[in-house]
Amino acid sequence: MRRLVVILLLLALPGVATAANGKQVYGRYCVMCHGPNGVGNSNPNAVVGGGPARDVGIEPGIGPSLRNVGARAADFYLRTGYMPLKRTGLQPRRSRLLLSSGQIDALITYVASLGDGPPVPRPQPEQGTLSEGQHLFASNCAGCHQIMARGGYVTHAVPPPLGQASATEIAEAVRIGPYVMPRFSTRQISNSQLDSLIRYVQWTQHPDDRGGLSLWRIGPVPEGLVTWFFGAAALVAVCLVIGRRLHE
Amino acid sequence: MSRARDALLAGLVLLLGRRREPPRPDAHLLPPVPKQPRAETAAIALLFVAALCAAAFPVVYFVDAIPAKTQYLGLSIGLALLFLAAALIVAAESVIPTEELAHAYPPDEHQEDEEYVAGLVEESGKGFTRRGLFKLGLFSAGGALGVAALIPAVSFGPLGVKEFYGTSWRKGRRLVDENDVPLRAADIHEKALYTAFPEGADKEEQGSAVVVVRLPQASLTLSGRVEGYDADGIVAYSKLCTHAGCAISLYRAPLFAPDEPLPALVCPCHYSTFDPSDGGSVTFGPAGRRLPMLPLSVDGKGELRARGNFDDSVGPSWWGVRERRPSP
Repeated sequence: MRRLVVILLLLALPGVATAANGKQVYGRYCVMCHGPNGVGNSNPNAVVGGGPARDVGIEPGIGPSLRNVGARAADFYLRTGYMPLKRTGLQPRRSRLLLSSGQIDALITYVASLGDGPPVPRPQPEQGTLSEGQHLFASNCAGCHQIMARGGYVTHAVPPPLGQASATEIAEAVRIGPYVMPRFSTRQISNSQLDSLIRYVQWTQHPDDRGGLSLWRIGPVPEGLVTWFFGAAALVAVCLVIGRRLHE
Repeated sequence: MSRARDALLAGLVLLLGRRREPPRPDAHLLPPVPKQPRAETAAIALLFVAALCAAAFPVVYFVDAIPAKTQYLGLSIGLALLFLAAALIVAAESVIPTEELAHAYPPDEHQEDEEYVAGLVEESGKGFTRRGLFKLGLFSAGGALGVAALIPAVSFGPLGVKEFYGTSWRKGRRLVDENDVPLRAADIHEKALYTAFPEGADKEEQGSAVVVVRLPQASLTLSGRVEGYDADGIVAYSKLCTHAGCAISLYRAPLFAPDEPLPALVCPCHYSTFDPSDGGSVTFGPAGRRLPMLPLSVDGKGELRARGNFDDSVGPSWWGVRERRPSP
């Protein structure tokens, strides 16, 4: 009877972000990999079969424990569309959100209730300094993400471009280290340094191109090509002028 | 050294001290050019300025105290070429007489015409009064430019191989971060990449920078020379890639090991990939040998210390790199 009341209540309040609501969403899309109650599953032979998620093209598989990952990780993975993952073994990528905003809120509340994890960070990039941010980005991030945050390659993985990353997502990713990205403790990058770092990434999302053309912002090669093109044209012009004078 | 000086003197004597050919009395095919000593002096002066600019190139190249070297290197070569061009323009405009021949080349049998042209060429140098000095200027400008063009070849070879063997790492030296704060073993977390330097040493030195990571001790497979080089699962490798010497700044750190790529240190230049759990062995890419490993220990205060030098020479590989090991 009590369960029935609860279910009726949940049906009456479909959009409310409660842990109970979240658990329902969890049961639909997450449990086949992350296991019941978020305990995780790392044994490919003990995969929980089937489920409603099959209908939307999600395969059951293995997944890490969600105990103590907190709202921070849930917020990052769900708002970027990294999760739900189509199948185990793929690199999670930014993609179209499968879940509604209300479902995501509920799921975050549920995952946060699974343990004692960190909350969603509240970065303040406007308090950071751009130059410090660039220095930090160059020494910690640019190796993979490229200095203009356009993404790059690592063997067996693709560091994503950061063009669409929000301030909160950057702050979360730096601390979590999604997929094969290293994570950075507050000892390596303090919270105020993180603000500067985010400010720099936001600058790369809307940089001011000095010459008026972005030239794809992929470094000195296209810039050099353009310079050579104009330089060669100027040299040809000079040759024409000299040639004409000699003719006269 | 004295041989070089003799050769130089001999060259100068050859160039300047030769007997001048007696001028031909009759031949004046061209209207005599008015002597222009000022223009000639200007051309010679420009040549020597060009030589001076080109000579500045090796100086800038080798003197480390000069800031913004690249710009000055470009400036010296650019100015040298500019002054050389200016000198040749001045000489052509006002010292060398010009005569334009507008008709087609005569066939070979016209011996007389050929001699006539040869005579014209011969006489074109008549405008010079200080011919030797002009030639000297030409040679010094050309020579200095040639030297300047060859100097960068020095960058190809490992001149200071010593630095690759003799690093500042010694037994008992503490590992510090870029702000000289000692690294504590408890602060080294899994899935994170740390860069460390030897305490009190020059951070710019080739062998100074090391990457430090912590791995689950059970996953380590250190054997041979590097057996037991870790400290409770913390391992340290030279930050210089053994392929071309780039800084290894990529760390592939899987969050969920069962279905993600294994941990790896990756060089961003050519994607040489090294396995940190296996003594830095190469798993992908152009690197030809594994990363040099630094033996670590944890002291009583929980701080990381080196237990000696690297097990192999740091930096890019070169001919004969395997023939020597660094002293511990």
